[in-house]
Amino acid sequence: MAVLTIRDALNQALREELYRDENVFIMGEEVAEYDGAYKVTRGLWKEFGDKRVVDAPITELGFAGLGVGAAMAGLRPVIEFMTWNFSILAADQIINHAAKMLYMSGGEFNVPIVFRGPNGSAYQVSSQHSQALEALYSNFPGLKVVMPSNAADAKGLLKSAIRDDNPVIFMEQERMYGIKGEVPEDDDFTIPLGVADVKREGTDCTIVARSMTVPMALEAAEKIKEQFDVSVEVVDPRTIKPLDIDTIANSVKKTNRLVVVEESHAFASVGAEISHQIMENAFDYLDAPVKRISTAETPMPYAKNLEALALPSVDKIIAAVKEVCYL
Amino acid sequence: MPKLSPTMEEGQISRWVKNEGDSFDANETLAEVDTDKATMEMTALHGGTLLKILKGAGDTAALGEAIAITGNKGEDISALLTEIGTAKPPAAANAANGNGKSAEAPVAKAAPSVAAPAIPQSEIRIPQSDGRMLVSPIAARMAAENGLDLKAISGSGPNGRIIKRDIEQALAGGGTIVTKAAAPSFTPSTVVGASAFREEPTSQMRRVIASRLAESIGPIPTFYLTREIEMDNVLSLRKAINASLSDDQKVSVNDILVKAVAMALQKHPFVNASYQDRAIRFYEQADIGVAVAIDEGLITPVVRGANLKGFVEIGQEVRSLAARARDKKLQPEEYTGATFSISNLGMFGIKEFTAIINPPEAGILAVGAATQTPVVRDGQIVVRSIMNITMSCDHRVIDGATGAKFLDTLTKMLEQPAMMLA
Repeated sequence: MAVLTIRDALNQALREELYRDENVFIMGEEVAEYDGAYKVTRGLWKEFGDKRVVDAPITELGFAGLGVGAAMAGLRPVIEFMTWNFSILAADQIINHAAKMLYMSGGEFNVPIVFRGPNGSAYQVSSQHSQALEALYSNFPGLKVVMPSNAADAKGLLKSAIRDDNPVIFMEQERMYGIKGEVPEDDDFTIPLGVADVKREGTDCTIVARSMTVPMALEAAEKIKEQFDVSVEVVDPRTIKPLDIDTIANSVKKTNRLVVVEESHAFASVGAEISHQIMENAFDYLDAPVKRISTAETPMPYAKNLEALALPSVDKIIAAVKEVCYL
Repeated sequence: MPKLSPTMEEGQISRWVKNEGDSFDANETLAEVDTDKATMEMTALHGGTLLKILKGAGDTAALGEAIAITGNKGEDISALLTEIGTAKPPAAANAANGNGKSAEAPVAKAAPSVAAPAIPQSEIRIPQSDGRMLVSPIAARMAAENGLDLKAISGSGPNGRIIKRDIEQALAGGGTIVTKAAAPSFTPSTVVGASAFREEPTSQMRRVIASRLAESIGPIPTFYLTREIEMDNVLSLRKAINASLSDDQKVSVNDILVKAVAMALQKHPFVNASYQDRAIRFYEQADIGVAVAIDEGLITPVVRGANLKGFVEIGQEVRSLAARARDKKLQPEEYTGATFSISNLGMFGIKEFTAIINPPEAGILAVGAATQTPVVRDGQIVVRSIMNITMSCDHRVIDGATGAKFLDTLTKMLEQPAMMLA
């Protein structure tokens, strides 16, 4: 297996899928000549040319809509948002068109499109550029929502997303692009959407984390093991929608305790949904109320110290685990 | 209807915890049943499925009467339903022979089994000083599966929450059998200028008292009869008896009163009785409930067969029961199933009051203090120890004259204690 950064794993997935299917094309701001704002599309324009890798003007609603139309016509667009914060401008195309076209056309038009880009906080990019929007898009029928947390998942899930015949929201994390991990070299390596992954096995407490909070949860789990000899299991749903609640519930049935860690705000979040589904599916197995660690209920502060305080952290996760384990 | 209290002859379904079609495991609570004394949990003896509820919430059933059908899911119960439809409840027979202990639910033998008569380990919830018991879901489930009494387990979680490890400790034999007393919490008023106040959750006992007494003052047509009794002879009798008794045998006025009431009840069966929907139940012996005030409220331990016992025996029994009542160590059969009750507030200086009937008893005697009082005897003003007693009577059983005659007998026995021998 090759050791790749998440950035390069995503690049590999895009490249392989561009080769595999001539209907696949990439479009977004600075994705072509500039190699992508975060270099995820590095080298692809040179390799595949103007038709397959297209620079769009700063018009999110416009190029998202162009993508939806292209998908209806049979192409497989991969639309990059420089950050998911900018997708808010394109929300009408994503929510009202991509998500609903199959239903409202009576099954005539499916929309095999991927919207991708970094989601959540970065490095002091303040209130408007630090938002984690997965709960928003998970709320609408017709959209799949994917959030990888390591290089292999990033590659395998992106390839599945591109091959999927319906719209997929693919959310990366800017802080994670440089994280390295082993990635299978098989061109046909994919990971099915809707399947969670147990990132670390444990017996005493379950942490459900996604995206950036997965490495945090794994670090917290190690420290908790050292300090308290408590065995933490870390479950990464990988796909937020459809959600693999069975894997999470089975873990909770084993450990009786659940901490959900997420980068989004708490109210009406994916963590709230998971808590509810656990209440429905594993109520009789809970030994403590489900605990959530989310970003503070405030627009993201610019100041570095305040930004760190607002976000989930290893220390916050350790405190939450101690609480549900009655330590 | 299983026997959930020592003296119950019928029970009223307070609510079904399981619905038709629900499956349950052994020891799971199926329903809550109001018995003559308290609300009891009816638990399953073995696992199964609740196929049919025959008596819904609010319905009353005699001991042994079918209240539901349990069995395997999908089982055909039509034949059983027909059989139950024509069967007569056997409780009347039990009541008729006066043996309140023999009532096994006969229909339980039928297959599929009918309404498993399950008697929980401890039948009345011990009131928690903080009212509500906190249990994590898995702890509750594990306790139910293992037949553990959660009341006997102290929780180590926040606010005393019983959590999984407490159950594991209890199962391993290391569980502590202590009820934690939570410190009262004070809620400051948010309204400036108004008095702050403190709230404590309603205890189970408080709720039972409320529901029982509300039940009493509502459906029970009560009237009151008051008599003045000269207690001088009782006082000298007591003095004479105590002179030759050791300290732990000494007799109180109340002990003599218990005995006298029991003897008088023997002569007035309508007072030592209970109104049932379709019958009036007459008790053969006088089991006297003696109201005892404890921190959480009151409880009425029962002196069984007081008509058959001597003053000393009654005295020792009352002291023992009262002491254990204050320690909350009474067994359910020790405070349930009196045939008549006495509430004595004389020691608090109360001269005269009325007490509320504790159903299904037909009467309760409210006893005031015996005080030195000027009275007219043979045209002369003399000083006598006068005690006022007031009987609350369930008019469905006791009529005015009946009650008056009983009080007359009681008065004679107390004014001339030798009459107790007559």
